[in-house]
Amino acid sequence: MKTKITVAFVFGLTVLVSSALYLHGQTSQGDIVGVITSAGRPVIAVPDLRGSGAAGGLMDNFNSTLWTELSGSGVLTMAAKSFYPLNVPQRPQDFKAPTTAAPLRRGDAPRTVINGPWLTDWSGPPVNANYLVVGYAGEQDGRLVLYGWLYNLAQQDLGSAQVIGKLYYGSLDADGAKKVAREFAADILQQFGAKTLAGSKIFFVSDRTGHKEIWSMDYDGSNQKQLTRYGDISEMPAVSQDGKLFAFTTYAKGNPKIMVYSAESGKQLQFYNPVASMNATPEFTPDSQHILFSSTFSVKDAQIFISDLHGGDLRRISNVRAIEVSPRVNPKTGHDILFISGRSGHQQLWRMNIDGGDAEMLTTGEGDVSNPSWNPNGQTIAFAWTRGYEIGGFNIFVMDIAKRQPIQLTHGEGRNENPWWAPDGVHLVYTSKRGQSTQIYTMLADGTNLQQITTRGNNLQPVWSKGLD
Amino acid sequence: MRTLSAAVFVTVLLVAAGCKKKAPVPAPPPPPPPPAKVETPPPPPPAAARINSFTAEPTSIERGQSATLRWSVANATDMSINQGLGAVTANGNRQVFPSASTTYTLTASSAGGSDTRSVTVEVTAPPPPPPPPAAPPKISGADMLGRESQDAYFDYDKSDIRQDARDVLTRDADLLKRIFAADPSFSVVIEGHCDERGSAEYNLGLGDRRSTSAKDFLVQLGVPADRLTTISYGKDRPVCTDANEACYQRNRRAHLAPAR
Repeated sequence: MKTKITVAFVFGLTVLVSSALYLHGQTSQGDIVGVITSAGRPVIAVPDLRGSGAAGGLMDNFNSTLWTELSGSGVLTMAAKSFYPLNVPQRPQDFKAPTTAAPLRRGDAPRTVINGPWLTDWSGPPVNANYLVVGYAGEQDGRLVLYGWLYNLAQQDLGSAQVIGKLYYGSLDADGAKKVAREFAADILQQFGAKTLAGSKIFFVSDRTGHKEIWSMDYDGSNQKQLTRYGDISEMPAVSQDGKLFAFTTYAKGNPKIMVYSAESGKQLQFYNPVASMNATPEFTPDSQHILFSSTFSVKDAQIFISDLHGGDLRRISNVRAIEVSPRVNPKTGHDILFISGRSGHQQLWRMNIDGGDAEMLTTGEGDVSNPSWNPNGQTIAFAWTRGYEIGGFNIFVMDIAKRQPIQLTHGEGRNENPWWAPDGVHLVYTSKRGQSTQIYTMLADGTNLQQITTRGNNLQPVWSKGLD
Repeated sequence: MRTLSAAVFVTVLLVAAGCKKKAPVPAPPPPPPPPAKVETPPPPPPAAARINSFTAEPTSIERGQSATLRWSVANATDMSINQGLGAVTANGNRQVFPSASTTYTLTASSAGGSDTRSVTVEVTAPPPPPPPPAAPPKISGADMLGRESQDAYFDYDKSDIRQDARDVLTRDADLLKRIFAADPSFSVVIEGHCDERGSAEYNLGLGDRRSTSAKDFLVQLGVPADRLTTISYGKDRPVCTDANEACYQRNRRAHLAPAR
C-alpha cells in the first residue's frame, strides 16, 4: 500500500512539474501530450534475466522483448546496462542486507559489511536507478515459467520495496518467451500509469506486391498481413475506434471509390458510393455509425460528406468552392472535425463542427498542410506541414487544439508525413522518405525513441487503433 | 296457213251460197299437230383438266440462284404445285429458290378428271467464293487520339486553364469532334494528374478538379459532353520522377485517353 502511494506520488509530482512548466509557456515537445520529459521519468534497471533448463535458450528473446516494451513506453528511463553490478540477484532470497560490524581499529566508525547483493547496489552510483527488475525463468510441466519482481529502491527494506511479485506462464518457445515478457512489462508499466501497445494494430498501404494494397501489422512491425488483393490502387485506409471496421479508397471498380471491410471476418461490407468522379479519404465516427469522406458528388470541388455505414442518409457538410479532403472526427466528443481545405489558396488545416458550422483555419496559411490526426484525448493533434521548408518538404507537427502552438517533431530528415496517434496517446506512427523508398516509423510524441517498422517496398498512410480482443 | 284456210272457207261459202243447190260440205281439215316440246340439250360432260405446259427455266442452277416455273392449264377448277407453293392460277409463273435438287409437281383437276406434270430443278453447289480483298487499313479513334492529342498543363496547386492550355485544348477539341464523327461509339476519359510534392489526398482532389476544368473547356467548344468522362490519378501516375520543375510541370497535366 505504502509503495503504491509512493509510486503514485512520484508519478504525480513529475506530471505536476511538467504541467507547471507547460503552463509557464515553456512548452517542450513532450509536455504537449503529457509525455513526461526525460528529466522527470523514473529510472529503471532491467538486468538480463536467466533461465534454467529448456528456458535458458529462450531468455535472449525474453530480455530483448522486455527491454523494448519498457524503453518504448515513454514513461521510464532505462538505466544503462554497462553500469550494472556483476552480482545480480535473481530472487528475493538472494538479497542480503549489509550489516554493521565493529571497527577494526578503536575510534574508527563502525564498518559496513557487505553480505551479498543489496538494493543500494542499484540505487547508488553508477546505476542511480529508482526501480529494479528481478527474476528468473524455468520450465515446469512442459511450460515456461517466469518469476518476476519489481522493487522500488527508495525503500530501505525488501518487504516494503517489493512492488510486484508474480508468476507468468507461457509455451516453452520463442512465442511463449515474448508473451511472458509482454505481460511482465504490462504489469510494470501499469505501475506508472502507462499502457502497453501490444495488441494494437496499424493499417497501412504497401506496394511491395507491385500494386498499392491495404495491409495490417502489429505496433512493432511484426505480423505484416496483406488484406486486399485487387491488383490496382487501393490506399488511404481508415480504421474504426473499436478496431472492428476498416475502410479505404480504391480504383478497383473504376474511379476512386470507398470500400468498407470487417476487420474481424476480413469480408467486404456493402457501401454504396454516390455517383461521382471521386469518393475518397473515408473516416469513421467514434461510435462507428457513420462515415465521413471527401466526394465530388454534385460538386466540382471535392467536399466533405457524411453517410451511414452503407452510404445511405448522405449529407453534405462543407459548402465552399475549394478542394477539401481528409475529414477526422474528434474521438472524445464526436462533435468537431479536422480537415484539409484549399479555401485559402493552398492546402491548410481547418476545423469545423460536424454539422459544418464554425469553420476556422488552424494553421497560418504558409506552406502546405496535410494528414491531421487526433490524440485519443481529443485535445492534441498531429499533422504534416511544409512550414519553413521547400514545397513538398513536410515534417510532423503536434499542437494543442486550444493553445494553437505548433511544435515541430521532425526536422527535414527525409519527407515526413501521415502522422497518426497510437491508442496510448503518447506514440505516433508516420512515414518518412529517406532515400529512395518511403517507410513507416514510430516514435514518442517528444520525437524520441524512433523505430523503423517496415522495410520492403514503399509503405504509406498508416492508421493506428486498438486491436481486436 | 290460216289465211289460206280462210280463203278456202270463204270460197267454199260463196260457192255454196252461189249454188242453190246444196253441195256436200267437205270435212274440216284435221287440226294441226300440237307443237313439239323443245328440251335444252344436256350439257356435254365436263372436259378433263389438261396441263398445257409446265416448265422450269433454267432446269439447272447453282445453290443460291433461282429458277422460274411457268405453267398453263386448261379446264381445271383446282390447280396447285407441291413443295409448299400451294394453290396457283391457271396460267402463271413463280420464282423458286431450292437449296437442293427439287422436283415440282403441278396438279390440275376438274370434275372431268385431273392431270399432273412434273419438272425438276437441279441444284449444284456453287464454287467457293473468292477470298475477300484485304481490308484497307482503318485508323482507330484510339490511334488518332494517341497520335494527335496533347496534354494540357497547369500551374502548381492550380486547376484553371492557362493560355497555353487553352491553345492545346482548342486543338484537342477539333480532334475530338473529328474522331467522334468518324467513330460514333468512341468515348474519351480525361485524366487529371499532379506533381509529387503535394500530399496524396489533396492531389487526388486537385487532379479531379483539373480533369473537370479541361472537360468543361472542351464542352464549351462543342465537344459532346456525353462522350467525355473524368478521372483523377492524383500523383499516382507520374510520367517522370526527377526532382526538378521540368518534371513537376510535365506531371501537372490533363490527359486524354480512350475510355475502356
